Amino acid sequence: MSNKIHIGIASDRVNPSVALNQRVPKIYTPGEVITEQNELMRGHGTYEEDGCLKSSVAGLKEEVNKLISIKPLKSRYNGEIGDVVVGRITEVQQRRWKVETNSRLDSVLLLSSVNLPGGELRRRSAEDEHMMRKYLQEGDLISAEVQNVFTDGSLSLHTRSLKYGKLSQGVLIKVFPALIKRSKTRFHNLSVGASVILGNNGFIWICPTVNTEEESVGGFIQNLEYIVPIEEREIIARIRNCILALAQSKMMLFDTSILFAFEESKKYAVAELLLPEAMVDVALLTQQRLTLLENQ
Amino acid sequence: MALCEAEKTFILHSVEENFRIDGRQRGDYRPMELETNIVAPSFGSARLRLANTDVLVSVKLEIDSPTLEQPKLGKIEFFVDCSANATPDFEGRGGDNLATEISNCLSSAYKSSTAFDAGKLCILKGSKCWKLYVDILLLECGGNLYDAVSLAVKAALWDTRIPLVKSVVVDGNKVDMEVSDELFDCERLDVTGAPIMVTVCKIGDQCIVDPTTAEEHCSGGSVVVAVSKSNFSTILQTGGGSLHPMTLLESLKLGQTVAQRLDSTLINTLKQINDNSTDVGFLK
Repeated sequence: MSNKIHIGIASDRVNPSVALNQRVPKIYTPGEVITEQNELMRGHGTYEEDGCLKSSVAGLKEEVNKLISIKPLKSRYNGEIGDVVVGRITEVQQRRWKVETNSRLDSVLLLSSVNLPGGELRRRSAEDEHMMRKYLQEGDLISAEVQNVFTDGSLSLHTRSLKYGKLSQGVLIKVFPALIKRSKTRFHNLSVGASVILGNNGFIWICPTVNTEEESVGGFIQNLEYIVPIEEREIIARIRNCILALAQSKMMLFDTSILFAFEESKKYAVAELLLPEAMVDVALLTQQRLTLLENQ
Repeated sequence: MALCEAEKTFILHSVEENFRIDGRQRGDYRPMELETNIVAPSFGSARLRLANTDVLVSVKLEIDSPTLEQPKLGKIEFFVDCSANATPDFEGRGGDNLATEISNCLSSAYKSSTAFDAGKLCILKGSKCWKLYVDILLLECGGNLYDAVSLAVKAALWDTRIPLVKSVVVDGNKVDMEVSDELFDCERLDVTGAPIMVTVCKIGDQCIVDPTTAEEHCSGGSVVVAVSKSNFSTILQTGGGSLHPMTLLESLKLGQTVAQRLDSTLINTLKQINDNSTDVGFLK
């Protein structure tokens, strides 16, 4: 698309939905009656009125035995213990950092729940408190794990593992948290030559593949001298545009779907993937391959 | 939004390599979407969406008397409203500075008679003229506001229909005029010369157009050029930082070529729009 500018007309807009031939699940709207039976249990996103169970959010129904809950399509991130999140430091406070994680309230990262550089194990002294801004400052991106959920829904994070810590060069993209598929591993070294962290909170980090040896120095090293080669840049940009294409079509994001989208997008130049038609095409092709894989 | 040093470095290098984080080259634009005639009660309206930047423009008409200095010219006035939906920074009076900056830039860009012929808006010399109120609403900010606003304004003015004045009767100091009753007895404005603004952003030693929000954060300074046909009508520097004379010249050149390309694309798109198309609006 080099040098060509595209201005589309709204009435010609392509429909981003890829669920054309398939059953579109029913979407409940707030106040809609889910069931009139009384034996069922009330879960998240529902309330009882006039003996009926009603939805309090717009979303899909989830049933586990007798428990009925409505999972909202668009929402802020509701943290759960053990989730891996990507977040941005917004504030440095006494013995803690405030982290933006797409949840309703800012999360906290306590000084005592980070690994000290070099992996030293000791009590945090006053000196460490003074050094806090050296470790992490406002605007820095981190990957972390949810350690605790407080009663008001705010999260306490920790980075006490060598895989967590400050993120270096790469790209951050934001999608709805509901689109991230739950799985054991959140850190993916894609075979195409880039690493992806799928944060449960909908923040996705794409960066060049890092050597595990280099990484194990500690979570606070950033190499600003390193110039990412153009080939890797192209891969990262392509993955970025692919994920945005999948997210636009409301497809679940996990390593296989990203890889499929990456392969299907090969026929387009990276910048062409910004066009709505190309985005829908990639999403459709990915959807087809995923259904094929499922049916096997 | 704050960026960390590593992200900035990544963007800086990507601009240097002429392969930006979304795969575009330095002179490339993101795809846009345009809809005209979206606000029914106004005389002309347009909505432009450029990635995450969303702008809604509506044009209203009123009869006014021309100023004493320019009795033959009509009037055009710009008003920008920054919705707090766009970013929380706009809450309260937060967006006022940006709003006045954009509206001042627009009015100075439309001042020149080659850019916009206000003489057509005059009904009776010295006593009656049309006044155009151009209301601009920023619904979402995803970088590159000026360009999006200028494109949307041009599209809205293109869409504007001015009712035909059937007769004007002068009786002493009283002026009576009769506007055609027919709904479709209107004429369109000639907006081929209406200026297009292009923000040229300086990142590192290079200049880019159509910066994303992240790229705007990395920029050391930017120039907004308003280009009408092939002439500059306004040049404005935004953001901190200073520009070397050579860089300024370079960015002016880049801005001019890009603006001409944008202009021809926009006019082509506007010609394709037919009046009978269904409304799309904001529901996706």
